[in-house]
Amino acid sequence: MAAVSNQPTIDLREPGGWRRSKNQIATFVMYLAFVIILIPLGLVIFEVIAKGAKAISWQFLTNSTIPPNVMPLGQGGMGAAVVGTLEITAFAAVMAVPLGILGAVYIGEYGGKSWLAKLVSFMADVMVGVPSIVMGLFIFTVWVIPRGLNGLSGLAGSLALACLMLPLIIRSTYEMLRLVPNHLREASYALGATKSRVTLTVVLPAAVSGIVSGSLLAVARAAGETAPLLFTIGAVESTNSNLFSGATTALPSQIFTNALSPYVGAEDRAWGAALTLIAIAFILLFVARIVTARFTRYAR
Amino acid sequence: MEQPEQKIKLTLPETTEAAAKQDDAFTGAAVFDAKNVSIYYSAFRAVTDVSLTIHENEITAFIGPSGCGKTTVLRTLNRMNDLIVGARVEGDIHYRGASLYERGVSPTAVRRRIGMVFQKPNPFPKSIYDNIAYGPRINGIRNKGRLDEIVERSLRQAALWDEVKDRLNKSALGISGGQQQRLCIARTLSVEPDVILMDEPCSALDPIATGKIEDLMHEIKSRYTIVIVTHNMQQATRVSDRTAFYSVLRDDKSDTRTGVLVEYGRTAQIFEDPHDTRTQAYVTGRVG
Repeated sequence: MAAVSNQPTIDLREPGGWRRSKNQIATFVMYLAFVIILIPLGLVIFEVIAKGAKAISWQFLTNSTIPPNVMPLGQGGMGAAVVGTLEITAFAAVMAVPLGILGAVYIGEYGGKSWLAKLVSFMADVMVGVPSIVMGLFIFTVWVIPRGLNGLSGLAGSLALACLMLPLIIRSTYEMLRLVPNHLREASYALGATKSRVTLTVVLPAAVSGIVSGSLLAVARAAGETAPLLFTIGAVESTNSNLFSGATTALPSQIFTNALSPYVGAEDRAWGAALTLIAIAFILLFVARIVTARFTRYAR
Repeated sequence: MEQPEQKIKLTLPETTEAAAKQDDAFTGAAVFDAKNVSIYYSAFRAVTDVSLTIHENEITAFIGPSGCGKTTVLRTLNRMNDLIVGARVEGDIHYRGASLYERGVSPTAVRRRIGMVFQKPNPFPKSIYDNIAYGPRINGIRNKGRLDEIVERSLRQAALWDEVKDRLNKSALGISGGQQQRLCIARTLSVEPDVILMDEPCSALDPIATGKIEDLMHEIKSRYTIVIVTHNMQQATRVSDRTAFYSVLRDDKSDTRTGVLVEYGRTAQIFEDPHDTRTQAYVTGRVG
């Protein structure tokens, strides 16, 4: 004890002065940013729920006749738009997800440094930046116009949304494939696996959770797009469950037209449709979480 | 099978010259025969002019300082370097009489016979069972009973069965580093290869786990031919029958470095009676 007391005491606390202040400032800025991010996010959700909740009813979600704008809430429903959105988005995903994943596998695993892989990768980057309305115009020009009045259909909308999803899926899948550590590939090769085996049994399973969530984010984003649907699906007031023939409608289109209307009933329906759309995206992401949790059982 | 090997060690004669002669009588068939092998990464020559013969049912150690190309040579033996863009091999490497780098040789077929264990344990993010069953499955074995058999046999061979038999369906990433490395060895054994290449398999492990893997190597060498790269000279003397010492050759004029095989022989000779001064300097610890 005596020996200890003879030694000068060492201060092991965080050094004071500027260094401590810097730490405090950085921490404060971080929390501030967090709160600032939360404000618009929270306000949007709050506003949509506050104004949309009263519109939501079983009838609103399923009744297949969209009432004229002048009608008050309680007449008809958005069933036609719900069906349209689900069909158009699902078929767009069916087209874009496999193609996007295969494209990314080509760039990441097979193409190597070939010019074709570089070209695909570059084009995907460029396409990410193309405004969604341009995608709509593109499909309008090459698909809708040549078919005249029959051109407007759910399928045309699906094509436009697929064009929008494709580059997002390629990019996100490619990034996920790059995260798969090379030593896993080597372990498989060293057992005599072919490249396709390595890709199917090691690389894709290791990246699957990222690929699924990336793809579903792209799907959710496309589901909320209005612009690509403006010129491609037309407008109807009752359900058209045939995706491949005839004009149809979708939730974003209904939000757009109803919100422009001066009538109270239409405005309420716009809010209701917005809430429905957000709920669909939320359910989609929730399902994605469950699915990926199952896939990643063994990843630590 | 292990009996004659033991005898050799016990009756090691006074001079290594005579030892080599006596040993040659027991030498197994040549598994690898490399002649004037040079390995390039694009324009960079990583290894120059390596010639050596690796024998059946022996453990051959590759030692040498960092950057001397021992891992590069090892990865050339089962064409793992094919996976690196720009890697190129010159010279002849024969595996049991067949040329490894001839046109038409499938790297996949080569690697099914010549397995590899890596420096860092690299189990798949799957269950322990699925890790071992992976190799047999890609070779077309689907029968559950047959797979169960292979999994148990491989894990027993790798001295891991008793430790993991109750959690075969748990993640392979949940076991310790030493267990993971033995799992990787079991995974390699599951496809019953002819040769096992080991690239510093113990460098990430503690001495106890290292000891287990060295014991394992001794146990399986009667059935397999093993080539091991190691930074640990004690390990080379403990496990190997033959040792190849590689070194770095610097060219001051062009400021390039390349790996060369300095000396290759019986492990006892390399460590006790090295013929080359560079080998002597390295094994006595004067040059790291």
